[in-house]
Amino acid sequence: SSVWSHVEMGPPDPILGVTEAFKRDNNPKKMNLGVGAYRDDNGKPYVLSCVRKAEAQIAAKKMDKEYLPIGGLADFNKACAELALGDNSEVIKSGRYITVQTISGTGSLRIGANFLQRFYKNSREVYLPKPSWGNHTPIFRDAGLEVKSYRYYDPKTCGFDFTGALEDISKIPEQAIILFHACAHNPTGVDPRPEQWKELAMMVKKRNLFPFFDMAYQGFASGDADRDAWAVRHFLEQGINIVLSQSYAKNMGLYGERVGGFTVICSDPDEAKRVESQLKILIRPMYSNPPINGARIAAAIMNTAELRKEWLEEVKGMANRIISMREQLVSNLKKEGSIHNWQHITDQIGMFCFTGLKPEQVERLTKEFSVYMTKDGRISVAGVTSGNVGDLAHAIHQVSK
Amino acid sequence: MSAMACASSLFAAVPLAPPVVVFKITADFKADAHPKKVNLGVGAYRTDEGQPWVLPVVRKVEQEIANDNSLNHEYVPILGFPEYTKLACELILGKDSPAIAENRVGGVQCLGGTGALRMGADFLRLWYNGTNNTSTPLYVSSPTWANHNGVFGAAGFTDIRNYRYWDPAKRGLHLQGLLEDMENAPEFSIFVLHACAHNPTGTDPTPEEWKKIAEVMKKRSLFPFFDAAYQGFASGDLDKDAWAVRYFVSQGFELFCAQSFSKNFGLYNERVGNLCIVAKDTDNVTRIRSQMEKIARTIWSNPPAHGALVVTRTLSNPQLLAEWKGNVKTMADRILLMRVQLKEKLQKLGTPGTWDHLTQQIGMFSFTGLNPSQVDYMVKKKHIYLMASGRINMCGLTSGNLDYVAESIHEAVKNSQCQ
Repeated sequence: SSVWSHVEMGPPDPILGVTEAFKRDNNPKKMNLGVGAYRDDNGKPYVLSCVRKAEAQIAAKKMDKEYLPIGGLADFNKACAELALGDNSEVIKSGRYITVQTISGTGSLRIGANFLQRFYKNSREVYLPKPSWGNHTPIFRDAGLEVKSYRYYDPKTCGFDFTGALEDISKIPEQAIILFHACAHNPTGVDPRPEQWKELAMMVKKRNLFPFFDMAYQGFASGDADRDAWAVRHFLEQGINIVLSQSYAKNMGLYGERVGGFTVICSDPDEAKRVESQLKILIRPMYSNPPINGARIAAAIMNTAELRKEWLEEVKGMANRIISMREQLVSNLKKEGSIHNWQHITDQIGMFCFTGLKPEQVERLTKEFSVYMTKDGRISVAGVTSGNVGDLAHAIHQVSK
Repeated sequence: MSAMACASSLFAAVPLAPPVVVFKITADFKADAHPKKVNLGVGAYRTDEGQPWVLPVVRKVEQEIANDNSLNHEYVPILGFPEYTKLACELILGKDSPAIAENRVGGVQCLGGTGALRMGADFLRLWYNGTNNTSTPLYVSSPTWANHNGVFGAAGFTDIRNYRYWDPAKRGLHLQGLLEDMENAPEFSIFVLHACAHNPTGTDPTPEEWKKIAEVMKKRSLFPFFDAAYQGFASGDLDKDAWAVRYFVSQGFELFCAQSFSKNFGLYNERVGNLCIVAKDTDNVTRIRSQMEKIARTIWSNPPAHGALVVTRTLSNPQLLAEWKGNVKTMADRILLMRVQLKEKLQKLGTPGTWDHLTQQIGMFSFTGLNPSQVDYMVKKKHIYLMASGRINMCGLTSGNLDYVAESIHEAVKNSQCQ
């Protein structure tokens, strides 16, 4: 018999299941609204023009393929931090930070979780917003931290439960780690307003909590990279030292190239050096050093004036298409005669939208209209096009009237 | 007291970690201004001009990829491109492997050889010899690649042991010690075996020795975890270098093999690796991979596309495959030449000791037999950078520096004798 006889079959991935079912459906009007990747108005993957240009430039240089340093490509790391914190950041000027290149957002969160587990001795708890990205929980748990939650989404309003969040955060044990989605909350699309972020920051300071920011959608949320980083920068301006995960999967469309960064804000450059050395100790036994291809592309784009300009325009274009789809969905629902309040669809931001639909309604959407989405009522607005938004509105109205 | 008001930082106590030794050697080399400096440290191939070498077939395929507008950057499946893992497993096991025919082989695309080792290590800790059994003894060769201990330690193994491997007295394999250590190992212990071109010693068991090893491992129910970072690089022949792994498969072992395409494809910085799984039947492979998917999800979610794309295109195209094999042979042949020539020069100089091991050993590395003080002389006085263990990277030798290196070794050995 096999030494593996006792190995159980792993649970099927819920989102994958949606895509599998979508593939099997023969309805020509079927829609895949589970996909967590941007699609253009024809429903196709979109390779950014600035990415193609950067790739051509890089190919022409015929560079070697020598190992990157453990911490990754220096040009990328610097630009990555500046993108998040702003060029005028006091933190950047003083050099009291370290950014290491990571395997996109997941890799960044994993390094961060392991780093905190090893060196953040003041707490073993991480508080996630409820709900949060499904992968946050296993990442922190596997790192040896205890995962808890604070109220975030209000199903009654399909908006931010600000009172509930503040209340819960006020009761979090001092010095616990608290995770925030910097912008375009996944899966709800619900973000705090600036005034609310200010109060959250005050509460964090009051409770002496340790913030871990996850920023996977900078630029992609509002279309403005600085605006999307506002919360992160505000916390720093309030003197709160944070750790930050960044991903370039969505905002540069570099999904499969695995481009990301992990940043630790420190007291001074010396501490940053020490922290860097420990991050390298975590990275080496995981994968030795990161892949260069995507980081080179991202660095070229961020560090070349024309490419950067083009990128920011293209990101704005993606964000605008999503915003436009939100608006069209709401106006089409009104046209269908729906009397429900669908304002949350345009209030929410980013790739995802928590429609407020119940599991039974979602089931009907799938069975009767071939609309594929997750049971929690989440749709990926990226999967909506001017070609299918009318049908989507019709379907939603049918199951909710 | 708020985080900001704290007089001392939350991370005040974080100590400065020591740098990874092998990278420090390269860093020191780079900082050295001496005109005759030589880097015999880190394991990356160099041409006879001492330059990195992007394989011509890789440049060709990358240009094809750059020109292919039908490609995008969408996520790779969590376990990797199916075509990639299939080709990678076929490469190490042989396309005609009975295990493949019996559909009891599966692969997982990982970030380099390190990533493949880590994937296997995490899985073994979770699912081998019980569930979440961190105390299964795990054996690595003495010596071994420095990061083996790191990977398995990070995966949670608490009982990492050494099995005898290098015999400094005879400058070769300590077969007796190795077999003894295996006989005495607790049943079900895991053994990390270098498939070929042992790092750092360059000393591989012969086929007859491998057969003895397999016999003991079968008897003691020991688990073989192969590390194949140099397939093609050892002898220049991909099939020959895979002999040990294939022999174990033919003996009915369930095993893991961590493959790297860093060296044989020169794709170091693209992080291209594969964990090859051989199990009793299809169902076991399926369940194992399903659990590895969970592991992958919390380390990297899904692997990077680019490097694997290059490997896939190359291995699946007969013409490109032939070109690649030629490129691999070019690298292996240059290394063999350097071995021969270094030995000849040392013999001609009359350097004390025997230097046959330089040509008996195989692959990128050689355990020269230089002791720490001799190494120190080489580094400090001659600006020749190598590991404290006496390991040199043969790729760092060129027709341009061979004389200087040989003379320096000669001096180092003679000087230490005069003390």
